[in-house]
Amino acid sequence: MELLRFATAGSVDDGKSTLIGRLLYDSKSIFEDQLEAVESTSEKMGTEYTNLALLTDGLRAEREQGITIDVAYRYFATPKRKFIIADTPGHIQYTRNMVTGASTANVALILLDARKGIVEQSRRHAFLSTLLGIPHLIVCVNKMDLVDWDAEVFEQIKSEFRDFAMKLDAIDIAFIPVSALHGDNVVERSSNMDWYRGSTLLHMLEEVHIASDRNLRDARFPVQYVIRPQSDEFHDYRGYAGTVAGGVMRVGDSVLLLPSGFETTITHIDGADGPISEAFAPMSVTVRLADDLDLSRGDMICRTNNQPAVGQDIDAMVCWMTEQSALQPRRKLAIKHTTRAARAMVSDVKYRLDINSLSRDEDATQLGLNEIGRVSLRTTQPLFYDEYRQNRSTGSFILIDEDSNNTVGAGIILGPSA
Amino acid sequence: MTIAGGYELDHLTALEAESIHIIREVAAEFENPVLLFSGGKDSLLMLHLAQKAFRPAKLPFPVMHVDTGHNFPEVIGFRDRIVAEYGCRLVVASVQESIDNGRVTEVGGPKAPRNLLQTTTLLDAIEDNGFDAIFGGGRRDEEKARAKERVYSFRDDFGQWDPKNQRPELWNLYNGRIRKGEQIRVFPISNWTELDVWQYIAAEQVELPPIYFAHKRPVIRRDNMLYAVSELIEPGEGEEVFESTVRFRTLGDANSTGCVESAADNLEKIVAEIAATRMTERGATRGDDRVSEAAMEDRKKEGYF
Repeated sequence: MELLRFATAGSVDDGKSTLIGRLLYDSKSIFEDQLEAVESTSEKMGTEYTNLALLTDGLRAEREQGITIDVAYRYFATPKRKFIIADTPGHIQYTRNMVTGASTANVALILLDARKGIVEQSRRHAFLSTLLGIPHLIVCVNKMDLVDWDAEVFEQIKSEFRDFAMKLDAIDIAFIPVSALHGDNVVERSSNMDWYRGSTLLHMLEEVHIASDRNLRDARFPVQYVIRPQSDEFHDYRGYAGTVAGGVMRVGDSVLLLPSGFETTITHIDGADGPISEAFAPMSVTVRLADDLDLSRGDMICRTNNQPAVGQDIDAMVCWMTEQSALQPRRKLAIKHTTRAARAMVSDVKYRLDINSLSRDEDATQLGLNEIGRVSLRTTQPLFYDEYRQNRSTGSFILIDEDSNNTVGAGIILGPSA
Repeated sequence: MTIAGGYELDHLTALEAESIHIIREVAAEFENPVLLFSGGKDSLLMLHLAQKAFRPAKLPFPVMHVDTGHNFPEVIGFRDRIVAEYGCRLVVASVQESIDNGRVTEVGGPKAPRNLLQTTTLLDAIEDNGFDAIFGGGRRDEEKARAKERVYSFRDDFGQWDPKNQRPELWNLYNGRIRKGEQIRVFPISNWTELDVWQYIAAEQVELPPIYFAHKRPVIRRDNMLYAVSELIEPGEGEEVFESTVRFRTLGDANSTGCVESAADNLEKIVAEIAATRMTERGATRGDDRVSEAAMEDRKKEGYF
């Protein structure tokens, strides 16, 4: 059974939590004791119907205020797939939480209110989803019951959204008219919208093809941990453990080590259950090499004829995630990229992006909380990276404040600084 | 675990790979990690994964049991045998000692639940041993406050969780930077569900304490749950002792963990039972979570797992 991760974003009243609640409820993934708890809370709060949103709002403050503040992860499975939902808040003040949830998603679910059509928030969600490299967007036009199940309304929104999506690196977009409250086209087909011939949401989630979204071309293996048993039985064992970040690695491959530049051959790949002949992303394996060479955590194994970029001056889109301080030129931060830890200095803020209009403010000199912009960084050590569009693992990094130790920035690598 | 072919990973292999990645990351970045181990299924799964992560080397960190003294007797013997088989070092932090040393006060006598008391014992043991990363077997599907928690859950020098101020956690890039005295609670199986755990245990034939499998024992019905009669659980007024075929879905304290009626006496039957069940494991068997809607969130804020 394949694992699919999808991210949803939404804010107060657009029905996102209700939609997830519906998906879980109709796919029989909600347990009786959970439902009882929700029913009794709904009653206490005096709502008319069972508020399925309460299933996902896990913190006291969220239930009290009726909003989603932080990412919540939900799980359900059908006979076809296992799903992990990153349920994120949609309001602009929680952009960082949305970016967090979207970072690992295969699919983004974007929710629109049929009465309101495309609003600023929908544009922002679509943009952030594509910025974070999510290859598939599913746009659910919700609350169709409140527009008399009108096909015209749906078609109008669809065509407007397509026009807007031209500006994005959008890849694969699908549209579904739904009513989360009543369940139409979520798990069960709607009898109110005969004019819609497409899939239900659940069916689409089960069928969307994600296997080829991974990079299986460019072999990348950041060394995470060196295994040296130092026992009599395994006296000479020296294995490089890590998670394959791209491509396929095979026993017998001639490989190049970075930063040393030495070339050698893969003699063994040890998987979780013993020796295997090949490994691909995102498997966790241990690689053994023909020669004893200098290779440790933060270094990379790649193919001789297919190497990542190596450099210390890098341009990236950065989402700034703290209100404590701003990202400004000359600021120094800790950077974590694959398994490599280094320091980075901001050499330039090139522009700040208005994430609603997508216009660039080239006069901007800094990024504040939840702002996204193009930034040039200089790192203390070379990074072995790919463009984020080519590889989400070797193309991403986080920035850490060296005083507070908080994660303050998320970076998407564009390429070497010009 | 198997590979589905065509460079696809089956969901259990994908979860296994993610967990191993997290465990190795901690071993690489922290000075003094420890793995919490109760002998329950989630901690046995954790030990199994950790051992795979470093094979053929031994675990580069010890395991620790926070012993409430309210154990099912079968579990302690099992714990000691498994730890010996894996060849790892066991640290035992005893709630009874915390009580004897006056670190905590027992309310309600020696048979009252000790779930709240164990937070102090845990925090003392972390401090005494200088542990900086503590692996726990918590899963996000268990409970709604857990659903909000990071894989690397930062705790201040009081061990407290601040749910409104969690570090953003992106991709598989974990931020393990802490100051002295602070700690990270690490949850490598965050993304597993109860069914995933059982499917994996069945596929890998991970050995479990026998009380997870259906067996006959005297029980009483209390608050709509079945409890095994023992020194710690004695029938109260109007409570009738009867024999039933039961098994445990979780292993907590013997006096706050209920059992369920079940005929599942092997792993395959348990997987089938869990796949069909309509109750969560905590809702079905954990008296300690029923205190209030935010019981878990409140305990976590105080330093609980």
